[in-house]
Amino acid sequence: MTTNELLPLAVLASSLLPGLVIFALPEGWTTLRTTLNLFGAIAKLVLVAVLLAGVSAGEEFGVRFAVLPGLDLAFKADALGLLFISLSAVLWLFTTFYAIGYLEGAPHRSRFFGFFSLCVTATMGIAMAANLFTFFVFYELLTLSAFPLVVHRGTDKAMKGGTIYLAYTLIGGTALLTGIVWLHHLLGHTEFAHTGIVAALGPEYAGQLKIIFLLLIAGLGVKAALVPLHGWLPQAMVAPAPVSALLHAVAVVKAGAFGIVRIVYEVYGVEFAQSLDLLAPLAVLAAITIVWGSFRALFQDNLKKRLAYSTISQVSYIVLGVALFGPVGTIGGLVHLVHQGIMKITLFFCAGNYAETLGIHKVSEMNGAGRRMPLTTLAFSIGALGMMGAPLTAGAISKAWLSDGAAAAGMDWAIWVLWTSSLLNAAYFLPILWRAWFRLAQAAWPEEHIPARGWRETAWLLLLPPLATAIMTMAAGMLAESPGSPLEWAKLIAEREYRQGATLP
Amino acid sequence: MIWLILLPLVWASLAFILGAGRGKWLAIAGLAAQTGLAFDLAAKVGAGGTAISHTIGGWGAPLGIDLTADGLSAAMLLLTQCVALPLAVYASAYYKRDEAAGAYFWPLAGFLISGLNALFLSADLFNIYVTLELVGLAAVGLVAAGGGAQQVAAALRYLFATLVGSGLYLLGVALIYGAYGTVSIEVLTPLVTSETPRLMWIAGGLMLIGLMLKTALFPFHFWLPPAHGGAPAPVSALLSALVVKASFYLILRLWIGPFGPLIAAAEWLAWLPALLGTLAIFWGSWRAIRAERLKLLIAYSTVAQLGYLFLIFPLLTGHGAIQAGVMQAFAHGLAKAGMFVAAGVLIKATGQESVAGLAGAVERLPITLLAFGLAGMTLMGLPPSSGFLAKWQLIEAALDRGYWWLVVVVLAGGLLAAVYVFRVLRQAFLLAPPGQTVATVPRILEWTAFALAAASVLLGLRGVELMQLVGVVA
Repeated sequence: MTTNELLPLAVLASSLLPGLVIFALPEGWTTLRTTLNLFGAIAKLVLVAVLLAGVSAGEEFGVRFAVLPGLDLAFKADALGLLFISLSAVLWLFTTFYAIGYLEGAPHRSRFFGFFSLCVTATMGIAMAANLFTFFVFYELLTLSAFPLVVHRGTDKAMKGGTIYLAYTLIGGTALLTGIVWLHHLLGHTEFAHTGIVAALGPEYAGQLKIIFLLLIAGLGVKAALVPLHGWLPQAMVAPAPVSALLHAVAVVKAGAFGIVRIVYEVYGVEFAQSLDLLAPLAVLAAITIVWGSFRALFQDNLKKRLAYSTISQVSYIVLGVALFGPVGTIGGLVHLVHQGIMKITLFFCAGNYAETLGIHKVSEMNGAGRRMPLTTLAFSIGALGMMGAPLTAGAISKAWLSDGAAAAGMDWAIWVLWTSSLLNAAYFLPILWRAWFRLAQAAWPEEHIPARGWRETAWLLLLPPLATAIMTMAAGMLAESPGSPLEWAKLIAEREYRQGATLP
Repeated sequence: MIWLILLPLVWASLAFILGAGRGKWLAIAGLAAQTGLAFDLAAKVGAGGTAISHTIGGWGAPLGIDLTADGLSAAMLLLTQCVALPLAVYASAYYKRDEAAGAYFWPLAGFLISGLNALFLSADLFNIYVTLELVGLAAVGLVAAGGGAQQVAAALRYLFATLVGSGLYLLGVALIYGAYGTVSIEVLTPLVTSETPRLMWIAGGLMLIGLMLKTALFPFHFWLPPAHGGAPAPVSALLSALVVKASFYLILRLWIGPFGPLIAAAEWLAWLPALLGTLAIFWGSWRAIRAERLKLLIAYSTVAQLGYLFLIFPLLTGHGAIQAGVMQAFAHGLAKAGMFVAAGVLIKATGQESVAGLAGAVERLPITLLAFGLAGMTLMGLPPSSGFLAKWQLIEAALDRGYWWLVVVVLAGGLLAAVYVFRVLRQAFLLAPPGQTVATVPRILEWTAFALAAASVLLGLRGVELMQLVGVVA
């Protein structure tokens, strides 16, 4: 086996093996568990860096195993996959630090970190899948390994959230499987390829292909929380904060969004999908989700639920970008995949900090939180402003490219959707910031766990990860044009997905 | 080849004479050797690409006893030994010293496995009858050995079903012998054409109904849940994983062998088992969802999972159907054995038989729960597991023929399985009620459950060799 074949497997193994060992560790062996976790996360980052360097130099990484005659488990690390891999690997490291601080002294940590590593492995598999079969294998693995994390607390409420989560995702998975086997039956394979594979079938299959597209998008739309398939996401917020942060703002919902990207660009091919009239309905669905999610977020007093509805809205920016025909919209959607991840994880980290430090779970309890926890609130403000698309943040870049993409595709209504959403974002985020910074605190916090000591407003392991991701939010906004930024990488992908050599502004 | 039949008889007899204490070690050693033999045989059949025959004592058909192993029988032999070996390890720690049920277990299990191996290797209809009876009576004995009033009642019901089943089969064999003067499958197959006498139709019908009764296909499943749900855990596992598969194997063998021309003459016949299989999936899943006792839930799940095996019959005219059936047999065999023995650990540890009594189990018995979850994954047909590959192959074969409703049945069955599997897992994740005591169980019990369940999942990552082996059909 050559190095180029081994590397994708090593990326999987760097979280799978530590995870399996962690399962077997007794609860008390904290040091070894922490070491393993961090070793895995850092090893993965190193591997991803090697892959990034290789792919930008034009090298190919891939490996395949036969599962059945004619059916392969195949991996490849291409530019699009690496966008998702890098995001997940970086955020996994931060979340690991955060989770170690968050769960200090809590029960069942071996189980938690074991399944956590499995989830990350599944995410990597999704990103590196080279055909729909492999994609589905890891997609369902993610569904299953996230369940124990959602119900981690073992309360009745957690069970209810977990059951709803399963009902949605398993039924979605069934729809997805139907679509995949059908496609496999028609084509004899489901390998991803630039500019798509189904165009080879010929015009008499157009009707079937439309139904398959519907099945695939319905299956993926559950995880991407497209309206009306979004009901599970706010319920799943009963999970502990690191789970919400990584899985429900980054891994699970992104797996759905990423799947839609693969389907549109590398299974159907964006030009062929356009010729079947599939993109416009998808754009409308995304637009409805964007507005509806933002609208519902206005009325949530529970902080994590408000963030959850915000996620529903924001993830559909990615779908909207994908559905806007033309390279500019593509770049907007792809870059938002990364930007939304770092902004939303900042917000979830901060929400976890408020809950862990002061016992704040609701927006109405946030009065004066900014004076008690200035650094956390600063990070939260950066994340929130980014979501609104304020200048100098990552969100501004995403919105600019999406609006330009909408204009280039001749869908001017989409620009209005984006503006409406920005206004709604402001309407549900600004009151939080105002309460936190400018209102006076009540006499006592709901439940203060961690006393303040100078600059140390909460435990360091809780404080540093959101600060780091907040800085990344600013950096992604201000250094967007420099080499190595998410935006530059998204441009590289867009160039490869359009057949007639896209001309970029 | 002959040793696969003789070895279990040897260790069964020795276990009877020497007692369970020494007998169990002999049994495990014997099974380990059998497993080696089964792998060896599978490798030979797979490499040679043709069936391997053996005539006992040099006396060939029509007088002597012929043994034949093609890909299908080699695969079933492999499954039998691979499930029986971990179960023997499990049983050796499960039964307490001097427990009466334990003393009966080893000899009966030996006869059962010998009967199964002989059934898969036999090449004539009458010998198959003998092996069927051997398997059936040993299985009834194993259920009755539990000793409780309920178990004896279940065993009697089972005895009735199995005797009627093999009786019908024997009647069919007698009619065939009367018409053609032979019981050798090899000799018989070319003689049967679509212009066969009415008698052959009656014989075929009797045999198939008898075998369906033994396979517990809906609506003949009435005997299965009490027998499998009431027996001790290693016995339930043996019965659910292997014994019902034997009669299924026979139906398949006859269907593609001597009865082939009959079925080709009346194609609608193939829809009968598929229809019953569909009903089995829905009815079995529904009862599993409603079941209060954990083992009854798993037993009804067997009723449902057996239904999938019968969905392949309308697809046999296309390609890939036998492969799908064998994959499902492996998936269910490994996973169900793992699930039953995991349930055995849970019941032994908590002392509670109900699903509701499992609250908090995940904290006390994480490995067992993981085993249950992995086995459940296979039953639900979620990737990466052999159950998923079986479903994939079934759906693809169904799409090939354009039978959409089979696709819907398979997918709906998977969702129903998810409901009953997660009903258990969800309960286990709840916080334990205060004051609950959990007895310690030998670690080996937990790990054998895990090994079986893990094998059912890992097979889902590499099914190529198995499928090539099954491709070698005599």
